[in-house]
Order: sequence, then C-alpha cells, then structure tokens
Amino acid sequence: MTALREYPLNHPVGDFIRGLLPSPWSAIANGALAVALMCGLVTVAAIGLIWLERKVCAHFQARLGPTRVGPFGLLQPIADAIKLLMKENIRPRTVDGLAYFLAPLLPITGSFLVLAVMPFDHDIQAMDLPAGVVYVVAVSGLGILGILIGGWGSNNKYSMLGSMRSGAQLFSYELSMVLCMLLVVMASGTASLREIVLSQQGMVWDWWIIKMPGAGLLAFLLFMISSTAELNRGPLDLSEAESELTGGFHTEYTGISFSMFFLAEFVNMFASAGLGATFFLGGFLAPQFGFAPLDNALFAIPGVLWFFAKVLGLIFLYMWFRWTFPRLRIDHLLSLEWKFLLPVSMANLLLGATLVTFKLMIP
Amino acid sequence: MPDYIIIGVFAVVGILFAGAAMVFSRIVAPRFPNAGKKLEPYESGEDTIGSARIQFKIGYYLFALVFLVFDVEAVFLFPVLGVLRSAGEGALPVSALFVWIELLVFIAILGFALFYAWRKKVLEWE
Repeated sequence: MTALREYPLNHPVGDFIRGLLPSPWSAIANGALAVALMCGLVTVAAIGLIWLERKVCAHFQARLGPTRVGPFGLLQPIADAIKLLMKENIRPRTVDGLAYFLAPLLPITGSFLVLAVMPFDHDIQAMDLPAGVVYVVAVSGLGILGILIGGWGSNNKYSMLGSMRSGAQLFSYELSMVLCMLLVVMASGTASLREIVLSQQGMVWDWWIIKMPGAGLLAFLLFMISSTAELNRGPLDLSEAESELTGGFHTEYTGISFSMFFLAEFVNMFASAGLGATFFLGGFLAPQFGFAPLDNALFAIPGVLWFFAKVLGLIFLYMWFRWTFPRLRIDHLLSLEWKFLLPVSMANLLLGATLVTFKLMIP
Repeated sequence: MPDYIIIGVFAVVGILFAGAAMVFSRIVAPRFPNAGKKLEPYESGEDTIGSARIQFKIGYYLFALVFLVFDVEAVFLFPVLGVLRSAGEGALPVSALFVWIELLVFIAILGFALFYAWRKKVLEWE
C-alpha cells in the first residue's frame, strides 16, 4: 500500500475567476463556467466522435472514409451539421403536438445532466453529489423517456412499435448495468463519482477492474455489453432496425429534431465511456507501476488527459463492437439480458460481496 | 444546497441547447408545408389505414413488470452495499458477516423470483 496522494479541489483558472468576484457571485460564475465548458465539450465531442465513427467504420471495411472536406475529412461532420440545420423540419399532420416536440429535447438534456457529475480531473467536475451513482442512473432514464414519448407522439405504426421495443430493450439492459455499478459502489464504499475514482489510488492493480479478482473484470465486460445496448448501438441497436421498422422511433423525425436524437447518441457514448473509465479504470488517475522514474513521468501528464485517453479507448471498443458483430434479433436480445446477463451479474455481485466481506481483494 | 442549483442550471441549459438549435433551424431552413402528401404519416409510401394507436404485444408489459421488481431491488441494495465495507467499524453496530448473510438471503429470494418468471415462460418471446 503506497501513501495516498492529496487531490485538492482547487483549480488555478477557476480560483482566479472566482477571486475576481464578491462572494454570492462567485458561485454563479462557477456554475456558468461549468455550463459553458460542458456546452463546448458536448459540441466538440459529438462532432469529433461522428468523424471518428465514420473513419473507424471505413477502416474496418477497408475503405478510407471521409477525406474531401478539410484535412483527413475533419470538417465533414461540421458540413453535415450545417446540412442538417438547413433541412426542412417536416412535422406530419397527425402528430401529437406536445409529445412530438418534447421528445428530441429529453435525451440531450439527460446526457448533459450525466456530464454534470463526471469527474474529468480531480479539480474539474461541475459538482460532486454524495449519491452520484443513483443520480446518474436516474437522469439517464430521460433518454428512455424521450424515445418512448417520441414514438407515441409520432402517431405512426413504425414509430409506435419501434419505441415500445426499444423501451423494453433499454430498461432490461439498465438492470445489469446498475448491478455492475453497484459492485463498484460496494467495493469502494461510496456512491460519489469523485470518491470512487480516489478509492482506486495506488498502482494499476488497485483499479477495480483488477483489484477484485475475477469479479471486477466480469463486471467491466457486463457493463460494456449492457451499455452498448443502452446506447442503442450495434449489434444491439434494435430500436433503429431500419430493415424491419424503417427507423423505429425516429421514423417521423427529420432535419434538426432527428439530429438531436443523433447528437444525444454520441454524447451518451462519451458519457457512458466516461462512467466505465470512472468505475473500473481509475478515471483521471495516471497508471502507476511501482517503478519510480516511469511513475513520475506518467504522473506528470495531467489527469484530464488520462481521463480522455481512457474514454477514447472505451469508445473505440464500442465502435469495434458495432462494426464487427451482426445485429441481434429482438427475442435473442431479451433472452441475452434476462437469461444470461442478469443472473450472471447477480451472481457476480454476490462474489464481489464475498470478496469485500472476507477481505480477499488484491492488497 | 448550491450543488443542486447547478443541476437545475444544467437541466435548463440542456433544454436551451436543443431548443436553440431548433429555433435556429426554423429560421434558416426552408418550409413548404403544403407540398403534396408530405405531411402524411410515413408508411413506406402507402396511404395510412386507421390510427397508429394499435394493439401491440402484451409481452412488453410483462417485461416492464419484471423490470420493476428488479429495479426496486437495485434501489434497496444501494444502502446495504454502501455500508458493507465499513460494517463493524465506528457507528455501525452490525458485523460485515451479518450484512453479507442478509445480502445472500435477499439475492436468493430475487434469484428465485427470476427463476419463477423463467419457468412461467414470462421471459419467452413468441
């Protein structure tokens, strides 16, 4: 057991801005700063991830992907965003006005709210809730709500069936995802995301994926599978299913309202990879191997870069899944969750409880 | 308390972010509302028959019911698992072993519920 490092909450830039203002205003400035950073992050992350997805997909299929617009096709997603903004937003005659209008707003709000508690670095986090894990699970439900009322409000048979089906898929897979998060809550003894990260201090083998022998790795794999389903990404993207339901819940959405669902998918991918890194891979902590010169060099790299490196690694894993496996059928998908992932994650939770109770973790 | 205000700010900004994009699109995008049958619901080019409020599989409802059981389970597990590590120390009078046995009983009952649903073919998709 190495000595724990101090991770103070002050941030030089944030403290400077707060110091400029008298006391009631500094809290507001703090909030505004966090919100502005997050807006920028959401936009940049989504645009970057769309580019990455197209490039990764292309290379998996031995193509080049976007190359024309900007260097390496980097400006392609920006061109796409402008195109989507300029498209006519067709609102069919028969839709249920309020539900149809509200649905695209909810998923993106949900992903904003998840990012609000994400610890990007020990001093970069909009807020640290003591019950952060409960909060994350609760607000990620907004995405499911958006899909359900969008499908209902569209007043279209494809949308209706698609939304019911993705509702069933999303809440089923939420169970095993929550159980995997619970394992880490149990092992670290806290539900605050910052403290979960700090509980993994030390060497690489103090990260929860390794520290709980077997249980951590299994929980990580289950988390990746169920979050792929939560994100509506292939091979578990039954809610789109363009071959059978012409687009599922977003059949009737065009132009900008469609792009809101699309944007939320990419921001959610970032958020859920961030959760995976926070829970299992030590979040913003630098990997330490017990060899002082290497450790010091790795520690010198800012935590936020480590966080983004881990997140991008997990995102690449999601993309790898999507372009490697064929799509599942709905009955196979539900069997996979209820007859395999859920029993296994319950057993895994018991295994983890045994490890914690009898102190069998790697010291 | 100020922390929760930030949540509110994030919720408002999330809605505004999407809302602003929609308003902006409304300004720059063209609108031709009366172009033929464009405003009909899309059913692969056919004229729609009846409303979309159709009867659909009861299976979705059964899955939702089973889901509810396990979701409440997760909520109940949260506090128990949160104290398991610190049980027996400080303010908590029970030992970790006691919490572990309770956990075992609780998950066993839930495992039985899942087994029952499985045998009753609730989890089958015909």
